Amino acid sequence: MTATVGQHAQAAARANDVWKVYGSGEAQVIALRGVSAEFERGRFTAIMGPSGSGKSTLMHCLAGLDSVTRGTVAIGETTVTGLGDAGLTKLRRDKVGFIFQQFNLLPTLTAKENILLPLSIAGRKPDPAWYDTVIETVGLRDRLDHRPSQLSGGQQQRVACARALVSRPEVIFADEPTGNLDSRAGAEVLKFLRESVREHGQTIVMVTHDPTAAAYADRVVFLADGEIVSELIEPTADTVLDTMKKLDTPAEVGN
Amino acid sequence: MFRATLKSLLARKVRLILSGLAVVLGVMFVSGAFVLTDTLGRSFDSVFADGFSEIDVNVAAKPKVQVNEMEGEQTASPLPAAVVDRVKQVPGVASATGIVNADGARVIGRNGKVVTSFGPPQLGENWTGESELLKLREGRAPQAEDEIVINKSLATAAKVQVGQKVGVLTAFESKKREFTLVGIAGYSGDRDSIGGVNEVFFTTPVAQRLMLGEPDVFSSITVNAAGGVSDEALRDDVARTLGADFEVKTGEQVAADASASLKEGLSFFNKILLGFAAVALLVGTFLILNTFSIIVAQRTRELALMRAIGASGRQIIGSVVLEAIAVGLIASVLGLAAGIGVGALLAFLFGKLAGGLTLAGIGVPAAAVIGSFGVGLVITVVAALLPALRASRIPPIAAMQDVATPDRPLTKVTVAGSLVTGIGAVLLFLGLSGNAGGQTLATILGGVLFAFIGVALLTPLISRPVVSLLGAIFSWSVPGKLGRLNSGRNPRRTAITAAALMVGIALVTGVTVILDSAKGSLSALAQDTIKAELVIAGQQGGPRPPTFDPSVLDKAKALPGVQLVDGEYGDMARVDGEGTWVAVSSDPASLRQIFGAKPTAGDIDRIGPTQMLASSDTATSRGWSVGSTVKVQLTRGEARTYTVSGIYESSQLTNPVTLPPSAAKDFAIPQPIQGFIQLAPGTRVSDVQPQVEALLADSPEVSVADRDAFIKQQTSSLDGLLTMIQILLALAIVIAVLGIINTLALSVLERTRELGLLRAIGLRRSQTMGMITVEAVVISVFGALLGVAVGTGLGAAVVEALKDEGITDLILPWGQMGLFLGLAAIIGVVAAVLPAIRAARINVLGAIAHD
Repeated sequence: MTATVGQHAQAAARANDVWKVYGSGEAQVIALRGVSAEFERGRFTAIMGPSGSGKSTLMHCLAGLDSVTRGTVAIGETTVTGLGDAGLTKLRRDKVGFIFQQFNLLPTLTAKENILLPLSIAGRKPDPAWYDTVIETVGLRDRLDHRPSQLSGGQQQRVACARALVSRPEVIFADEPTGNLDSRAGAEVLKFLRESVREHGQTIVMVTHDPTAAAYADRVVFLADGEIVSELIEPTADTVLDTMKKLDTPAEVGN
Repeated sequence: MFRATLKSLLARKVRLILSGLAVVLGVMFVSGAFVLTDTLGRSFDSVFADGFSEIDVNVAAKPKVQVNEMEGEQTASPLPAAVVDRVKQVPGVASATGIVNADGARVIGRNGKVVTSFGPPQLGENWTGESELLKLREGRAPQAEDEIVINKSLATAAKVQVGQKVGVLTAFESKKREFTLVGIAGYSGDRDSIGGVNEVFFTTPVAQRLMLGEPDVFSSITVNAAGGVSDEALRDDVARTLGADFEVKTGEQVAADASASLKEGLSFFNKILLGFAAVALLVGTFLILNTFSIIVAQRTRELALMRAIGASGRQIIGSVVLEAIAVGLIASVLGLAAGIGVGALLAFLFGKLAGGLTLAGIGVPAAAVIGSFGVGLVITVVAALLPALRASRIPPIAAMQDVATPDRPLTKVTVAGSLVTGIGAVLLFLGLSGNAGGQTLATILGGVLFAFIGVALLTPLISRPVVSLLGAIFSWSVPGKLGRLNSGRNPRRTAITAAALMVGIALVTGVTVILDSAKGSLSALAQDTIKAELVIAGQQGGPRPPTFDPSVLDKAKALPGVQLVDGEYGDMARVDGEGTWVAVSSDPASLRQIFGAKPTAGDIDRIGPTQMLASSDTATSRGWSVGSTVKVQLTRGEARTYTVSGIYESSQLTNPVTLPPSAAKDFAIPQPIQGFIQLAPGTRVSDVQPQVEALLADSPEVSVADRDAFIKQQTSSLDGLLTMIQILLALAIVIAVLGIINTLALSVLERTRELGLLRAIGLRRSQTMGMITVEAVVISVFGALLGVAVGTGLGAAVVEALKDEGITDLILPWGQMGLFLGLAAIIGVVAAVLPAIRAARINVLGAIAHD
């Protein structure tokens, strides 16, 4: 099913008939089979699916980290497909924020320096009011001069979130942001992400395999075998789990 | 375990290549030195064997003064022609030919300049006919007084042809004399020269007069045995007939002796090259130590896993050491091969430079093989021991932990560093103050080595403040700041990398400080003391210093405005049985008036024909005072007794012994080597200089210069020495650069994920490269700073110790030091190129997914 889900004039990120094929001949693996999707501004979307469904690949392609085999990807008004390294770098610098499973903070820099790093790389000054808001929201004011090694996992991930938020990107891509956290720290980070969407109009696309995490989103898109197979608006952990179960069954039968 | 080691070695081959390369370069130096000296040695053997192949037995007079290779050329005493007839009487002698053969026959080329040989002698000989070895290529033998034959390579160099007039300077006549070139000779095997030696053949009487200074004498007698008489038997018969005043040797012996004295020089040369190889290997040791440390750190989890599944600490050590052995072995083989190539190339270049020395085949002496493997293996294994020990201490639990072992405190290493530096300082002090009890050089070298290792151990501590200070320069940009932080991240790694560069830079700086100080002190002394406005001198191009016609001295004296003219002669003589440098000043008044000598006893203004002067140091050590009688044997003539008539204060510019002018005719070189001209007050130098120049028209080996130009020319030999040392030390610096590349490459590998993240959040490729470059520049400039500081310290210590030897001024080469720092910055940029490109090419997605 090549579903065009959530049609919206103001899409922050858009995939149009995206194919992603690895290898060739016998070893060929089709990770995405003509996926088309739009991710609206100011919404928190989760991408779910069993492992091998292509959800991470879709996110990597949307973020310009990976190239597509066919089709086009756009962030805001910028067509990502066909951009060179310089263009991609500029795109990442100005329009995209990332949150990783492994936190990925620079050990040599303090929390504050890590948060401001994308702005200083781009040579921009932070908007002091927004910076203050971000720091307030993530609740790290008293930890700003600590290095990553002096912070707990949850604190590190909150620093990573603040880093993604502070430059107010068009869209933030989060790749299993709670995968390395215990459930309490994970819940904190998810709450904080949802808040930034609801209160500040941030757009977030999150890949996860955890139904509880997906329940924090406004909408969940389900992938299986490289295709979008379903979607939920205003999901709960239970509805997500149900959908997942349904997805698993035909796949098993198919095998 | 063995299998696992080999697998891990193969997996990390790229990382090991660079550190292996350091060993390869060091080993190359070692084996190259051995191959070069061995090849040259055997080439000289064959040259001499050839040169003396026509001789069954050689007769020569015992030299009056034995001179070794370092002091100058051995000059044979002439033997009277009558001896030839006595030899002919000996039964078993088929023929005996008197030979004139002496250095100092200098042909003036078409361009008006003397043809130089750059090493081999320029022999003047009598023509004794063609032989198996020597053949006329063109023309005929010399028959008249003004006819000569020269060898082909000399004719080529001088660009002269048969029939042309050729100017020649000879041992006893440094004034140009014209001859007609009647023939050009070559050698068997179509060779144009034997070992680059230039030869001029005169008729026998002319050769005797011009090359030996008197008629009816010869340098040696070539004896050929009659059929059935062995060389050895004939030698013994001739020796018995002639008595003890003669040296009678077989041709083979002569060749072997001549070759041996040259090889003495070669083995000295070999030792110097090995010294530089040692420096290169020391630097290589740092590099290997660092690489293995990094590899062990990166493999922490893997090694811990091995421990967890039952490997013992000893097995872990074994596996790291095994890796080192493999690297050392491969590097030794490659280094040996590269060394053979380099040795052969250098031998070839040397042969070309020395006027066509025919090289014996390139051989690989056992010393090269043993040295290469010994050094390559030992260095690698020793350098890997420390990391191996550290690897064995990794607890099995580390396999389960994500974080690597935390930074260990620097206390231990700092204490050790202070201790080792202290030992180095004490050794240096002992060596330089002359309290090392006969082991001065070893003590000083040991001191330098300890100082280097000690400072290297202290470097992690120093690196923190210095690196952050240096890095502050780059902190204005984000990549610069990140680079600075990265270079301060692992102080040990940064320190060892920088210390490797320090060694090379410190040695270059130290040598520069010493030589600049020596040069400055000498120049200052000469400026202050020499009161001669014009100096006649030339550049030495072979074993013999340039000389000029002594009649120039008298003619210059007669020029208007000239007050005093002095010609300087010198000779290695036996004075009371001891080898001593003796000099003659053609005008003894110059001692005081030009060289500022101060009398401490007797009269130094004049020297009678049987009187001599001595310097205060010489007089003290020999126990002479005014009135002492001294027996002096010069290169030529009989021993004579002189009475000490005056003693002057020793200075850098005074000679140990000054003889009366009449003694100069018995010197090995009976021609003035330098001339000093003092002008009357108010006379313009520019008025006199052209007139002296005109007088020197027939002495093309020398020229007249004003005093400053002369001093510059005299000290320029130090510049050449400095350049040579710098070139040899450059290898140590190249190895250090490899070290920087290695450290950076490993760091880039280690930080793949971080680099991916930076790229993901918008760091441009150029900014990534900038970041790596800043890290490299900070490390290399830090190393250079350390090197300049340590080198200045060492140099200053040596200069201080040499105060009594006349190096009175400590001159710090600020310009050079600045240059080294600038060079270090460039080195950093160059070293960063590959790692930076690698970092910039990192696939962002792959790096983030990297585990």
